[in-house]
Amino acid sequence: MKALSLCNLRKTYSNGFEALKGIDLQVEVGDFFALLGPNGAGKSTAIGIISSLVTASSGSVSVFGHDLKTERDLAKSCIGLVPQEVNFNQFDTVKSIVLNQAGYYGLPRKLALQRVEYCLKQMDLWDKRDTISRRLSGGMKRRVMIARAMVHAPKLLILDEPTAGVDIEIRRSMWQLMQEVNAQGTTIILTTHYLEEAESLCRNIAIIDEGRIVEHSDMASLLARLHIEHFILDLAQPLTTAPAIDGCQIELVSDKVLNVAIPKEIGLNHLFSQLTDHNIQVMSLKNKTNRLEQLFMDLVTSK
Amino acid sequence: MNVSIAFKTIVTKEIYRFIRIWPQTLLPPAITTTLYFLIFGKLIGDRIGTINGASYMDYIVPGIILMSVISHSYANVVSSFYSTKFQRNIEELLVAPVPNWVILSGYISGGIIRGLLVGMVVALISLLFADFAVHNLAIALTTAVLTATLFSLAGFINAILAESFDDISIIPNFVLTPLSYLGGVFYSVDMLPPIWQTISMGNPILYMVNAFRYGLIGVSDIDIQLTFMITAGFIVTLTLFSLYLLHKGIGIKN
Repeated sequence: MKALSLCNLRKTYSNGFEALKGIDLQVEVGDFFALLGPNGAGKSTAIGIISSLVTASSGSVSVFGHDLKTERDLAKSCIGLVPQEVNFNQFDTVKSIVLNQAGYYGLPRKLALQRVEYCLKQMDLWDKRDTISRRLSGGMKRRVMIARAMVHAPKLLILDEPTAGVDIEIRRSMWQLMQEVNAQGTTIILTTHYLEEAESLCRNIAIIDEGRIVEHSDMASLLARLHIEHFILDLAQPLTTAPAIDGCQIELVSDKVLNVAIPKEIGLNHLFSQLTDHNIQVMSLKNKTNRLEQLFMDLVTSK
Repeated sequence: MNVSIAFKTIVTKEIYRFIRIWPQTLLPPAITTTLYFLIFGKLIGDRIGTINGASYMDYIVPGIILMSVISHSYANVVSSFYSTKFQRNIEELLVAPVPNWVILSGYISGGIIRGLLVGMVVALISLLFADFAVHNLAIALTTAVLTATLFSLAGFINAILAESFDDISIIPNFVLTPLSYLGGVFYSVDMLPPIWQTISMGNPILYMVNAFRYGLIGVSDIDIQLTFMITAGFIVTLTLFSLYLLHKGIGIKN
């Protein structure tokens, strides 16, 4: 049984725009799955269909073995959605937002109150439970939406760009939170524009572009396809020209900064020994671009 | 899935919403209707005399109560559901396994409760001005509940089809208010010229006002059974149309 199975899913909007052109996708139980794609690729449409906010033109959606059309209630009960934008009533208190959602899922009052307390404590929001939600910071509002999505203990949590527009500190704490939720057995599907986020959190990945899945594999094999990596080297002493090193392309960005493109089979040891031979001392090194970002660009621009 | 919990949650949320903003929802009808009773009932009414054997004040009380029920049951659902759509918290309901009929009945119940509550407030105020024994409480209550249901449904459909805040004010301002004023609240339809009597028969509010007036003071221009049949017919039609809109996701889904 798959946590999520999409079969030949298509969506054409009333204006004729074909957002999804027959996508097939499987997500394993317990996975932390990244669904990536450029703006307008069809990610939000796919998530909208899975979470019943958008009506599919054709195709099927199955959640933990329950078909979204024929076993609608069972399928919906398995899903928790954290949308891109804040969509709760900003005049309600934090507690009532989460408690109402528990009610919509049919949780009895006593259990609902226990779940609300658990989720708000997990999101570090218990102290804010009686605060009117519009008075919360952006990061807190995001956490309210995660607490709301988790109140009925869904087996599948869909996070649609949960860290968009939040500062790095909150983003890091949310990553930790998502990893904890996943470790507790919840399958997570994440869409994000921060490819570093997908690379560090997700085990499997699908890339969607122009309504089609252009890549669907595990993160490790995808990254292994990267043949050339780019590094920025900060040097101790200034140079006037870039050194020539076999197999590598080197560019002098400024007198103390080198941009190095190195094929995977050559390796960094070769680079460093050659640099040492040229009496070049390297103070620090970093990836020029995120590895997944490079692959992502290759995949969505290779049309 | 326990749908009764989902239903209770929507209704509780709706009641909490209009009680929380009571200066906007419960206070204005109290002030407006007090002015109606003072100006139309007391000052002008004393000079009009009686209509169909009832004093003018007694005659207009049922219509004013029902007019409040109509406008507030409609306003509650149209503003609440449209805000839910506008702020996108309708998505909270759409992602959850809440059947469409529960969403509809939850919002409609909220509208009925507010409509009846406002009706009670206005009825209590009317006691300061009018003095009559209730003729048939069952007919009065049934009419009030059916009217509140019908106009809550109308408000729901308006909210679903509305695409802007302008769209939710057009019907109350340009349809509901004229129909209410022309629905025999302040006069007997027998006082109109024959052509306007015939035209007035196409106004559903006329039937409800008269049925309610019959329940309170025993005076009506219209057959009560016909009123119930027409109102029930409208309720069934609007309920089916609302469920169709929800099923198709019109105005709430892509």
